[in-house]
Amino acid sequence: MTQDTNIGGASGRFPATHWSAVLAARSDDPAERARALEAIAAAYWKPIYKYVRIRWSKSNEDAKDLTQDFFATLFEKEYLDAFDPAKGRLRTFLRICADRFVANEAKAATRLKRGGGAAHLSLDFDAAETELQRASPHLQLAASPESMDDFLEKEFIRSLFGIAVDKLRSECESRGKQAHFRLFEMYDLESDGGRKTSYTELAKQFQISPTDVTNYLAFARREFRRIALDCLREMTASEDEFRREARALLGVVPA
Amino acid sequence: MNWLSDEAIARLQTASALPDLAGTRYRLIERVGGGGMGTVYLAEDSVLGRRVALKILDLPELRADLSARLLREAQILGRLEHPGIVPVHDAGTLADGRAFYAMKFVEGERLDMLARRIDAIPDRLRIFQRICEAVAFAHARGILHRDLKPENIMAGPFGEVLVMDWGVAKILREDRTPREDHTEVPVESSPAETKPLKTAHGTVLGTAGYMAPEQARGEIDRLDERADIYSLGAILQFLLSSKRPTAGEERLKIESAPLSSAGSAPKAVAAISQKAMAEDRANRYASVSDLASDIARYLDGSPVSAYPENVFHKVARWATRYRVAIGLVLAYLIVRAFLLFWLRR
Repeated sequence: MTQDTNIGGASGRFPATHWSAVLAARSDDPAERARALEAIAAAYWKPIYKYVRIRWSKSNEDAKDLTQDFFATLFEKEYLDAFDPAKGRLRTFLRICADRFVANEAKAATRLKRGGGAAHLSLDFDAAETELQRASPHLQLAASPESMDDFLEKEFIRSLFGIAVDKLRSECESRGKQAHFRLFEMYDLESDGGRKTSYTELAKQFQISPTDVTNYLAFARREFRRIALDCLREMTASEDEFRREARALLGVVPA
Repeated sequence: MNWLSDEAIARLQTASALPDLAGTRYRLIERVGGGGMGTVYLAEDSVLGRRVALKILDLPELRADLSARLLREAQILGRLEHPGIVPVHDAGTLADGRAFYAMKFVEGERLDMLARRIDAIPDRLRIFQRICEAVAFAHARGILHRDLKPENIMAGPFGEVLVMDWGVAKILREDRTPREDHTEVPVESSPAETKPLKTAHGTVLGTAGYMAPEQARGEIDRLDERADIYSLGAILQFLLSSKRPTAGEERLKIESAPLSSAGSAPKAVAAISQKAMAEDRANRYASVSDLASDIARYLDGSPVSAYPENVFHKVARWATRYRVAIGLVLAYLIVRAFLLFWLRR
């Protein structure tokens, strides 16, 4: 698998602690702020790109520019300082910011001028565009605010799970547990036309016992869950917000 | 990063949401329900070969407050060894960091469902008595349930009645009831666990319609056994009318309505319900035992404390209580009169 972007991702630069990018984005320490903004961009650039493509019916090239410029402006103008976790989700805040930004796109000259000096994020837009085409049913969505909220949430989950999968792969490789990851990949990630490979078949293929398949998968899922929740914690500012978001992320039906 | 399909995301969500029971004695069977704090799963205890219910937090806790609450719920259940209270078997933390406890898996029906199938008022009242017994036992151990409602009562296939979901229970006082071996019951087992989990004054815990007015106002510090007595009165009202009691102004209207307002319930039982649900807790029963005694007296055909009778009511109750004897005497008198009339002809 290729690395889409050099921000965050599987680089392992972020400690698996309970650091919040949302809070760190307001830090007085420039290095801390930069690190926080990179983490936010890593999780949100794909959802925002796809959102701009669909909600605003922008071409591939325009959406690329707008996404780049949006995150550059977000960081430059310190828009995140205005985000209040008590009043709403970061995702909703970013969507509103993106809408305002795109609506003002007529100021193209300003954007081009700013682009010259702004930090340029290395983003794999081709991969994002390919994903968008594969998820073609989403393109049929009417661009109503409600459906776009759902769309953005789904794409955020996809993006965050993707980051978690990459981190899991990296961790498994560093710990010599490639088979654990490969099993997880084959059983939980890859689609085989709806047919589920049995544990017995996997055991034969990997030359291990079916019990080992169970244990390997349990390990990989446990680690995946931990990593995904750690990533989510970075995107939330409080424990309550984390709980709400985690329920959505894991598809847990609230009581 | 490879693109994750919707199906892959759904599989990841399912796999991530399921508890990781690796290293435990339990084998997951299925999800059976959700609660305020977590999810309840049916599992098999592989050591004892029996089915158990596992209550598991949905997420590992950073602040550990919910974990502490779940553990506290398990400890409360551990203190309440009573046939009417679901027994807890085990508690701990799973490999994925989520707190859990194992309890008896109760196969049965919730009271709100069961009540639909039971028509006879005395049968409903006998179930109510069982609920009162369990709650009275908890009160004797210094514990308030604070969320008594039909949805938290399970009735088993062999007539057992169990009070469930002690997640918002309040410890009124430490239990000093001596055990049979004359040692005191340890309240908490470690310093960390003795950390009080106090609910802030002003917090509203409970269910509208079943919550005492002082509980609905968030007067946490003022709550005592009479808050549960109110809830029991609301459950009794539900059993009489098969309708969920209403909260607030509507409830007050019901209280001020004639005694027969609780559907077609006997006036004496409706009066018991209304006394238990008195707005001013000073006017409620002083204890669950007093409430249960009134129910027992009603079932026995004796006068109940909540319902002052006039002479007609007394006669009617007396006639009902001794209806068989009265019937036999009347039958005897009729036959006797008939024979006298026949012999004089």
